[in-house]
Amino acid sequence: VSYLPYAVAAWLFLVGLYGVVTSRNLIHLALCLSVMQSSTYVLLLAIGYKSGGTAPIFRGIPLGTRAVDPVVQALTLTDIVVSVTVVALILALALDVHDEADTVDPDEIAALHG
Amino acid sequence: MNVVLPLTVAVPLAGAALLAATDQLLPEWVKEYPAMLVAAATSVLTILVLTHTQRTDALHWFGGWQPRHGVSIGIDFATGPLGAGFAALSSVLVTAALVFSWHYMQEAPRLFRVLMLVFCAGMNGFAFSGDLFNMFVWFELLGVATYALAGYQVEQLGPLQGAVNFAITNSVGSFALLFGTALLYGRTGALNFAQVGHALEGRHADGLLVVAFTLIVAGFFVKSALVPFHLWLADTYAVSPAPVCLIFAGVLSEVGLFGLARVYWTVFEAPFGSHARDVRNVLLAVGIATALLGALMAFLQRHLKRLLAYTVISHVGLTLIGIGLLDAKSLAGAANLVLSHAFIKGGLFLGTGVLLRELGSVDELRLHGRAGGLRVLGIVFGLGAVGLAGTPYLGTFLGHSLLDDGARADGFGWIPPVVMVAAGLSSAAMLRAFARIFLGWGPTRDTLLTEEPREEPPEEQANRPIMVGVTASLIVLGLLLSIVPGLQDRSDAGARRFVDRHAYIERVLHGKVRVHRGSPAVVLHAAGPTSIAYGLGGLILAVGLAWFGLHRQRAPGRLREAAGRALGPPISALKGVHSGVVGDYVAWVTVGTAVLGGVWALTLARGP
Repeated sequence: VSYLPYAVAAWLFLVGLYGVVTSRNLIHLALCLSVMQSSTYVLLLAIGYKSGGTAPIFRGIPLGTRAVDPVVQALTLTDIVVSVTVVALILALALDVHDEADTVDPDEIAALHG
Repeated sequence: MNVVLPLTVAVPLAGAALLAATDQLLPEWVKEYPAMLVAAATSVLTILVLTHTQRTDALHWFGGWQPRHGVSIGIDFATGPLGAGFAALSSVLVTAALVFSWHYMQEAPRLFRVLMLVFCAGMNGFAFSGDLFNMFVWFELLGVATYALAGYQVEQLGPLQGAVNFAITNSVGSFALLFGTALLYGRTGALNFAQVGHALEGRHADGLLVVAFTLIVAGFFVKSALVPFHLWLADTYAVSPAPVCLIFAGVLSEVGLFGLARVYWTVFEAPFGSHARDVRNVLLAVGIATALLGALMAFLQRHLKRLLAYTVISHVGLTLIGIGLLDAKSLAGAANLVLSHAFIKGGLFLGTGVLLRELGSVDELRLHGRAGGLRVLGIVFGLGAVGLAGTPYLGTFLGHSLLDDGARADGFGWIPPVVMVAAGLSSAAMLRAFARIFLGWGPTRDTLLTEEPREEPPEEQANRPIMVGVTASLIVLGLLLSIVPGLQDRSDAGARRFVDRHAYIERVLHGKVRVHRGSPAVVLHAAGPTSIAYGLGGLILAVGLAWFGLHRQRAPGRLREAAGRALGPPISALKGVHSGVVGDYVAWVTVGTAVLGGVWALTLARGP
């Protein structure tokens, strides 16, 4: 098993996390969240990968053919749908923040604290 | 009966879709009724499931894909009494929130009712879900519906900040949850709780399992706002509309704890069971820190909803203590805490909605003495605050006394006093606010308390009798829950079945139906003397601290100066941590996850 995809997944997760923590722009922040979520796609696909495996479409191929795991692919698809919804919502909120406060800097909209 | 399980999700989702589709067609006043009807019907369905689970666990395989020879490839809903009770609680609360908002939010919220029904479906799906990935999907569905519900008053900055902080912090949490789920799938090749638990049977804890467990727990801790993952909650709950706060405080905050309990007792108990002590120590430490910190922060607030929000955090900590003791008795205590807290705290949040509507403010100092006319509301508000202190035979007392029994049986006799202090302090905050607002006691200035921006009251004509009626009935119901005969035995039995991993695996993978005959007697047990003592202690502490909060200016000047010098810096540092900036919150989430993982890596992965 190659460890490269796992390293890439961990890297994407951490670099996205760094972006979320330090971001001064809500749109940039939403994209950092997408980067974080991309790490889960890489992780899921890496887990289901079999070297030399074919796509998991079982019509017309001999029984016992090596195929990659279809479950993680379904999970990844669902995951993408979920991520699109969340990012769309955050971007919509960013627009409203901009209309209201004339800024998209999360540091400047902290009306409530303490 | 098992076919009812998917209906508890399908009915509210279909209702939501229909409502959304006909949104432009129906006149505004018509739309309220179908939503309430759908929520009420869902409540009936979940209660049917709850009664059914008294005898045997409910199980449904979608599309009839049942396991063969103990191997499952299908997707299932499976629940015992605790899961069904949680779902029934959330459906009932959604119904109550919709009735409360009958006129409260008539104009503004275009898809408010649609989102409420989606929330209802998400809660039921989460409670019944039989596998990790579907749990994650319901978790995200809940997330999206609640981010939108929180940030609904988009013409104000406060709610926008609350929604942004909520959405971003919780998204990071759910990525952690998904990452952990994926690792677990990689190890076991399964997602079904029973299947994963079966696969891990007899395995020892290793690095991968510890990382997976840490990430899953961190995801749940963000949603349930445990220290230090809790920072987003006060920003969000302080600005959400009152009916939304009802469902947030009542069930959404407890979702993560339910998930944690479900995952621990179906999956991780197998590899970690021999190290249960190390899991327990961490959960207890987090629970205690949360309970005390939340109560302290509540005591420092003057914005009523933010105050209540911090008491929710404190309560979640108490509930985690109940779960973290990792035995059935304490789990039953936690379940009862959730149940009575949901009604009372939800009712108190609705009460703030009435105050905002009638008096145009939710600020404790600005409302000083102005709510004397709202007599019914005042009475239930005060009683609610008393009922959350663990006062004997009132409100959360049953939960406290079960927790007391459980903790002492496990040799943790020092935990009940800690619980008493936390519950007493958070009740004191509520009692102080009650005395100021409804009785006009104490001074109108208090520099200790944090000032927050005003919230605009809803503009429409409201139906005050309905609003006060719903508020009062929720609080009164919550207060009475400690003296419902038979509830203790039923929750005990439910908790024992919840922690029985082997029975769960047998039921799900091998279809072995276990019938629990002879329902427990309908009796009210007398609580132990220590439970009553701690309950009275909590009440005395609450009243005493509330009095102190009102009248501390009467203390001699030198004493006040000394106290200010000693306590001022730590208090402002503590307030400073709650900065309202989302980047800081995510940084704390990272720190918390690293600490959890570090401690468990050192203790759990040691081998047998």
